[in-house]
Amino acid sequence: MLPFLLEIGCEEIPDWMIPSALGHLRDKFDGANVSVDGTGRRLMLRASLEARTADKEELVTGPPASVSGKPLEGFCAKQGVKLEVLAITETPKGKYWSFVKKTPGRAMGEVLAETLPGLITSIPWPKTMYWPSLGGPRFIRPIRWIVALLGSEVVKFDCAGVTSGSVTYGHRRLGVRGPLAVTVENYEAVLEQNFVIVRAAQRRAKIEAEVAAVAAAKGLKAKGDAKLLEVLTYITEYPTAILGGFDASYLTLPSEVLVTVMRHHQKYFSVENAHGSLAPNFIAIMNIPSDPEGHVVNGNERVLRARFNDARFFYDVDQKKPLADRMDDLSHVTFQAKVGNYLEKTDRLVALARELGGEDAAAAARLCKTDLTTEMVKEFTDLQGIVGGLYAKTQGASEAVAKAIYEHYKPLSMEDSIPSTPAGQALSVADKIDTLRSCFGVGMIPSGSKDPFALRRAAQGVVKVLAEGSLQVALPGLTGGDENLAAFFRERIEYYFREVRGFAYDEVNAVLAAGFADLRDTQARLEAVKAVRPTENFEPLAAAFKRIKNIVTQGGRAGEGAMDVALFTEPEQTLAAAAQQAAERTGGYAERLAAIAALRPHVDKFFEKVLVNDPDEKVRENRYRFLRDLEAKFSSIADFSEIVTS
Amino acid sequence: MDTFQETIFKLKKYWADRGCIIEEPYDTEVGAGTMAPSTFLRVLGPQKYNVAYVQPSRRPADGRYGDNPNRLYKHQQLQVILKPTPAEVLDLYMGSLEAIGIDLSKHDLKLEEDNWESPTLGAWGIGWQVMLDGMEITQFTYFQQCGGVDLDHVPAEITYGLERIVAFLQGVESVYDITWAPGFKYRDVRYFDELQQSVYNFEMASVDRLWRLLGEYEAEAQGLIDGYRVEGLEDAAKRRFPLLSAYDNVLKCSNLFNLLDARGAISVTERVGVIARVRKLAVGVAQAFLDQEKYRAVA
Repeated sequence: MLPFLLEIGCEEIPDWMIPSALGHLRDKFDGANVSVDGTGRRLMLRASLEARTADKEELVTGPPASVSGKPLEGFCAKQGVKLEVLAITETPKGKYWSFVKKTPGRAMGEVLAETLPGLITSIPWPKTMYWPSLGGPRFIRPIRWIVALLGSEVVKFDCAGVTSGSVTYGHRRLGVRGPLAVTVENYEAVLEQNFVIVRAAQRRAKIEAEVAAVAAAKGLKAKGDAKLLEVLTYITEYPTAILGGFDASYLTLPSEVLVTVMRHHQKYFSVENAHGSLAPNFIAIMNIPSDPEGHVVNGNERVLRARFNDARFFYDVDQKKPLADRMDDLSHVTFQAKVGNYLEKTDRLVALARELGGEDAAAAARLCKTDLTTEMVKEFTDLQGIVGGLYAKTQGASEAVAKAIYEHYKPLSMEDSIPSTPAGQALSVADKIDTLRSCFGVGMIPSGSKDPFALRRAAQGVVKVLAEGSLQVALPGLTGGDENLAAFFRERIEYYFREVRGFAYDEVNAVLAAGFADLRDTQARLEAVKAVRPTENFEPLAAAFKRIKNIVTQGGRAGEGAMDVALFTEPEQTLAAAAQQAAERTGGYAERLAAIAALRPHVDKFFEKVLVNDPDEKVRENRYRFLRDLEAKFSSIADFSEIVTS
Repeated sequence: MDTFQETIFKLKKYWADRGCIIEEPYDTEVGAGTMAPSTFLRVLGPQKYNVAYVQPSRRPADGRYGDNPNRLYKHQQLQVILKPTPAEVLDLYMGSLEAIGIDLSKHDLKLEEDNWESPTLGAWGIGWQVMLDGMEITQFTYFQQCGGVDLDHVPAEITYGLERIVAFLQGVESVYDITWAPGFKYRDVRYFDELQQSVYNFEMASVDRLWRLLGEYEAEAQGLIDGYRVEGLEDAAKRRFPLLSAYDNVLKCSNLFNLLDARGAISVTERVGVIARVRKLAVGVAQAFLDQEKYRAVA
């Protein structure tokens, strides 16, 4: 086996695209011990490969043995073989002319030289550019060099205007500024000497350790931020943490604003003191190893000061006009061109929020969109809702109202939490439902990957709030009789229970088939099914139910009307009595399911001893009635026939 | 410490030494260096062109009456176009920073994804914002399309924000404290421009008249574009046809749109429509200009 190294040297690839590009390379590359890693400037792949591909022998069959003359010569000509090598082969379909085709293995370097250009240009990117001129291959950014080494040999090929070799480049401004010759063995070491840490895990660990250390040196603690850590891991090649500070007077601004400026605009970690409140410090990650003269700290502090000054200016301007006075301004803010403005949306929201959550929710609804007219939200759009909540509180709104406004965009994703108060949950649902109803009302229905107004996320948010919150609201009432919207929600509900909550797809199907108007109840039933499923009687019973359902369905209209107990034989009597007992069982869904599962021996016995399609029509009809009754009785928790049994 | 003008001299010299023509600013109002014909029209077609120029760029809505230390109605961009793009373009760019005194082994330089798009020009490209010690100092773009036309070469556009860079170099908190020339601050040179233009843009510009002017310039531009498209126009007539004048009228439209926007005279729904009107003109000129290429080549 030979070690193989590929490095695609690139201009800075956007950080968030790197892991998936590397994943694609790893999955599509054929070899042993394939591993990938990289930075914004290089995608690296390592593998172990045979020196040659294996020799291949395959049996090629041609025309039937009865064929001779011209057609047979034609076959030989096409295959490039002489008539003499043909032999007769017996196959299950008969006798055929055939020959053994031998393909000798090829040098791996040759094969790689052919396949690598295609592999590299097949990496899917969210947005690409053509390069170096019109009609050129599409890639994320220009490729500047390629290292391709199989053992000590260069795998030579051209790709996107670059010829592969054994030369890489280090950090843009540190170490050797020209080309660096590397071997498969010394590649990482040479780069590290030239201020490039190729391994993302190593960069991530370096950032984490240094962030903790520079904070601890001042008795502070950095706020964890996994997403920011990933960004910084991939926009640096040699990350180093530095601690900067800002004037404590800025701490009078809401901490949400300060943190947003630091995180989103400057990519800084924010820092807390021992009491858990925001400290007047930040941690920046630079792409050089040290800042001995303090240039980098000073520069970052200066930028942050300008940003905070802007924020303070916006805050002061905003306070001159309270939220309550901004209602009319909402008529100038378009909610959606075809639907109308935010004043109209607010009027609808107030009514809906009141219906779902009472007066606090209605009061919050009245103010909740007014922050869209504030300078702060115009500048920091991520803070919509949050700014409204903060301003409402300083302007005298109750805690409940302010909190509901603050949290009403939640949940922003399936990882995010739902609003913490009933009024907040009501407003969150009202806001999203209004958006959904309005957009569906004018035909703006997401299709495929097209969902410009993030309607899936809105519906998913509603599902999450209803399933995890305390609202007593039935979903059908919210969809307003719109069939498209109801179907859309059904998909979102399935997705939520399956992908977010991890229930098996057949359990979800079974439980949803029994209704899902109340999502908290739906969830309780799902949990019960999941808990009872591993018990010995459950799956066999589910199989029996499927049989019952099939019989009833195939029976068509048979068995309508009331059941006649007098026509029962012994197994039916036993099953009927047991079923009645189980149906009357009270308690939680899990207990009731356990009771149903316990019917299994009686059901088995019924099918063993009784012929449903009895020759006597009266008996047969009655048996259909009985099965139909059983099915109805036990389908309120889940439709067991949906359970896939092994 | 270099003055504002000294830094500009150095950057111009740096790019001149690397084969760029040094042009002077374009004389019609533009919102960005990209809109000057030396970028917008020169990136079209197969001709090589390397150019650098300072372009005062007007953004009426960004005016702050000269009060805000970092926001300006009119800021100075240094625009560099390299067509085709040399392979070492980023090294060249970093060299230019070193040429104006930034030691990149002691400063933190990052290239962060930032794709540029101008709906009014039917133009887009992909690239980065260049961050120096946490501050955006340059926009770097590989042009893909301009005036709705796919570009033959992929030119590199480097746009330096001169006030920011020099404020950084001089270590001042406000752009108005930048030393422009010995004994003269940025304030001395530009303050009243900022103040009075903000008053005009936000308070006194006549909305009705601006709308009429927009219509007039639009008609002038469209008339010329249509004139070029007339069938049977002879080669000589095509060669001398004033598409560059048509483009000036497009720039006037763009500036009027920005003024009306700053006056709050354009509603969200209207906005899309006006952008489409200006884009139609920009695309019309770009396509005609590309067609004119073959006639220009003839002496």
